[in-house]
Parts: sequence; structure tokens; C-alpha cells
Amino acid sequence: MIIGEGKPIKDILFMIQNYSKVIVAGCRGCVTVCSAGGEKEVEVLSSALAMARENEDKPLEIKEVTLERQCDPEYLEQMRSYIDEYEAVVSIACGAGIQFMAEKYPKIPICPGINTNFIGVTEEQGVWSERCQACGNCKLHMTGGICPIARCSKSILNGPCGGSADGKCEIDPEVPCAWQLIIDNLKEQGRLDQLEVIIPLNDWTTSRDGGPRKIIREDLKL
Amino acid sequence: MTSDSRLEKVLAQGEFAVTSECGPPRGVDPDSIRDKGELLKDSVDVVNITDNQTSVVRMSSLSACVILKQLGIDPVLQMVTRDRNRIAIQSDILGAAALGFNNILCLSGDHQKFGDHGAAKNVYDLDSIHLIQTVKHMRDEGKFLGGDELKGVPRLFIGAAANPFADPFEFRVTRLAKKVAAGAQFIQTQCIFNIERFKTWMEQVRERGLHEKVHILGGVTPMKSIGMAKYMKNMVPGMDVPDELIERIKGVDKEKRAQEGIKIAIETIQQLKEIEGIHGVHIMAIEWEEMVPKIAEAAGLLPRPQVN
Ligand code: SF4
Repeated sequence: MIIGEGKPIKDILFMIQNYSKVIVAGCRGCVTVCSAGGEKEVEVLSSALAMARENEDKPLEIKEVTLERQCDPEYLEQMRSYIDEYEAVVSIACGAGIQFMAEKYPKIPICPGINTNFIGVTEEQGVWSERCQACGNCKLHMTGGICPIARCSKSILNGPCGGSADGKCEIDPEVPCAWQLIIDNLKEQGRLDQLEVIIPLNDWTTSRDGGPRKIIREDLKL
Repeated sequence: MTSDSRLEKVLAQGEFAVTSECGPPRGVDPDSIRDKGELLKDSVDVVNITDNQTSVVRMSSLSACVILKQLGIDPVLQMVTRDRNRIAIQSDILGAAALGFNNILCLSGDHQKFGDHGAAKNVYDLDSIHLIQTVKHMRDEGKFLGGDELKGVPRLFIGAAANPFADPFEFRVTRLAKKVAAGAQFIQTQCIFNIERFKTWMEQVRERGLHEKVHILGGVTPMKSIGMAKYMKNMVPGMDVPDELIERIKGVDKEKRAQEGIKIAIETIQQLKEIEGIHGVHIMAIEWEEMVPKIAEAAGLLPRPQVN
């Protein structure tokens, strides 16, 4: 899923300093699961903002809403009836949701209330880590199910580099070396011969380098 | 011969090669390169110019190579894939050949986190193995990676690095084999302080017959002080500095420690000369270039052979 993290409250207060009526909008998708932008976070953020503004003697009127998904037009449409009564929206959906909101309601300023960090997994309660860079050309069958593009600090396709030490990456002793993980996995499966193969230079056209991406499925279009 | 490289010729003559390196300045002064070049000139076969090593911004390797070339030195252009995509890399390769450079060392480079511009975006369009393939492809196929024909090919002697001390140890030789398969013709290793571990690595190299396919030059760095030894041990990624070595330097009087470091370097070279498959040494005297002639002399590596 997409993992995000709340922005510092002072940054959000700065973004909305000139408004007195705002909507705080959450999303029930990924950001609910990673506790960054769901109904609970909408509540917590709203009361924090209200309290801070109270203290500044600049009261803030807030409407709290949590949509099923902010990346789907049908749910965004639910805000149409009341959005004009407000001066700004603080969205705590992922970057896609925030932008879709801005696109559907171009007249009202949208302020991002969270940072969108990565596509990742829940390692354990309260711990998330990155797994995928959405390069659009999956090679996980060659690399023991571990993605060197997302998880090697240098995205090296033929690692490990000379900085790998004790299973950790040269950038930080807390970061596992992706290539050590790949080797461990292939060893476990008796497929070490895979490491003799030079993975050729990558074609990045399917990645963001090829320009903004779009998928059209004719079979699904209405 | 694949190039006009002095190093390629020395190695082809079966001579024990000596290479060294210098880091370009953090400013515009060409004299600092000239001074280092003059110190190294008659004691080594070629001189590497590092490419923004440890991700600290310096004068470009390409420009510093020009300055060395003007002194009559055959430079080795180091190139990392951290800062350039395949377009810039191929373009610089063409430029290097046009300027008369004969050698290139293909590296991935240290992560930008180590340098003074940690906020930079890294590129890594290619890895070091792809860079080796790229140079070879341009030279031997006469084509760009995109498929178009080159108008004139870069005749470059292709080098790569190997770190026998990084993990996982059992995989380091496999990675060397991949570099050789990609087209590496010479290898300069990471600084060798743990000679026993290096010997074990070389055994594995010989088991795979790699010592007959590529020229391996052992990396040697003289330690200036205890501080430097500790720094190398703890701060430099993939460096193996055994405690005994630190103890040995500690064991002598403070003013004699640099001398002890030089002595260790000379002993290391002598041991390297005895290892089957080692075809030379790469002396990295970091900001201590004046020691290189002394080390080379004491290790019996001078005078350097003539080549045609
Ligand atoms: S240490 Fe491992 S993860 Fe880190 S850059 Fe090198 S190969 Fe990649």
C-alpha cells in the first residue's frame, strides 16, 4: 500500500493561516491502514488545528470528512454540495488523492496535510518500510523476490557494491543491504547460479522517466 | 592492443605495473594537480584521477586528466555512475577519447550521503558493470547503447574496482567474474590491510581462472597515523583494518608512526608480488603523494619500464 506520514502541525497551520473555514478530508484507503489519513487522524488533526487557532485568537471552523477514497471521482463528488462554503481543504490522503481533489475542485485551495512516502508494507505494528518504486517492469523473479531498484540505495542491478558490510548497506548500519537479502534468498532456494547472470541495463521508459504514466484498459471502459 | 594505454603495454610486456591516484582540488587551481602529477610522474605507469570521491564535490575528473596529460602522464579517468545517466556517460567517454585519454576506471561511486551534498538526487541509470559493458560496446561494436553507429571509436583500456573485503565474502569473486565477463581488462582492488583475507580471495580468483583473464593490481595505502587507521576502519565503507595493524603503529613512538605506515605499505607490496595472479600495485597515498616515489623505490619497483 501507499505509506504516508502526517506533516508537522505548524506547517499545516502556516498553510491555512489566512483561512477561517476549512475542510479536513481523510481517506479510508491506504492512509487509513497506515494511520496517517483515516477518520481517526482527521479527528485528531482537526482538534489540534482548532486548539492552536483558539490560542492565537483566530478561531477556525472545521468540517471533518473521511471519503471512501480520494482517488475515485465518485467519492470526491460527495463533497460537491458543501465545498463552496469553505475557503480551503486540508487533505490527508496520499499525493494522488490530494491532486485528484484539486483537479475536481479547481476553485478551492488544497493543502497537503501529510507527506506521501512510499509503496511499502507493515513490518509490524507501527513500522512500515519501502518495497516498490513502481518502475513498471517487474524483475522480482530474477532477484529472489527482493527489488534492488527500490531497496538498494544505488538501485544497482548487479550488486552488492563494495560498501556492503555485515549484511548492511553502506549508507546506514540500520538499513539492510538489498543485495545481501537477494543472495540469502537465492542461496536458500539453491539458485545461486542466478547471480552469475548480468542483469542488463534497465529500460526506464516504463518508469516515471518515460513521462507521466497512464493505463487504458479498453475491456473495462464503459 | 585495445588502446594506446601505457598500462596496457606494461602489463602486456609481463611487467609488474605500478599505478597511483590523486584527487582533484576543491577549487579551480590547476597547480595542485600539476604538483601531485610531478611527484608521481616517474614512479608510476599511469595515474588515476578520482571522480568526486566520497561524494565530495571536486574539480571534474575529465578536466584534471587534461592537466595530467599536459605533463606527459597517461591518466586513468575514473567515472562513477552516481552522477550521470547513459547519455552523459557516453558523451564523456567520447570526450575522453578525443582528448587522448587511454584508460577508464568504471565505478558505481559512494552514495551521496557520504559527501557534502547529501540532499542531491542520485542517478544510477547504470551500475558499474553496465558502465564496463558500455565502454566495451562503444569500443568493440562501434555503437552507442541506443544502437547508432559511432563516428570513430574510443580506444580505451577498461578498468574496474574490486573490494575483496566487502560482504558477503563468498560472493566477491562472483562479482569480479561478472566484471570480467562484462569486459574489464584490469582491476584495482580496495586498500589491502588484511593480507591473509586477500590471499584467500586470490585463491578463489585463481580457482575460477580469473587471474588469467584480467590484470589484478593490489591496492596499497600507507597509514599516516593512528587517527587515519581508525578512521579507515570505522568510517570508510568496505574497509578491513585489522586491530594488529593498529597495534603495530601504536607500538612505535609518535614521530615514527608515519614511517611505520610506510614500512607496512612496502611489506604489503613485497607480499603482493609473491601472490600468483597479481600483476601490479595501485598505490593510493591519500594527500601524501610525495611518499609514492619512496615506496616504489623501496619496494624495488623503479625505474618504470619503457614502452613503445
Ligand atoms: S550496500 Fe547493498 S544496498 Fe547499499 S548500495 Fe551497496 S549494494 Fe546497494
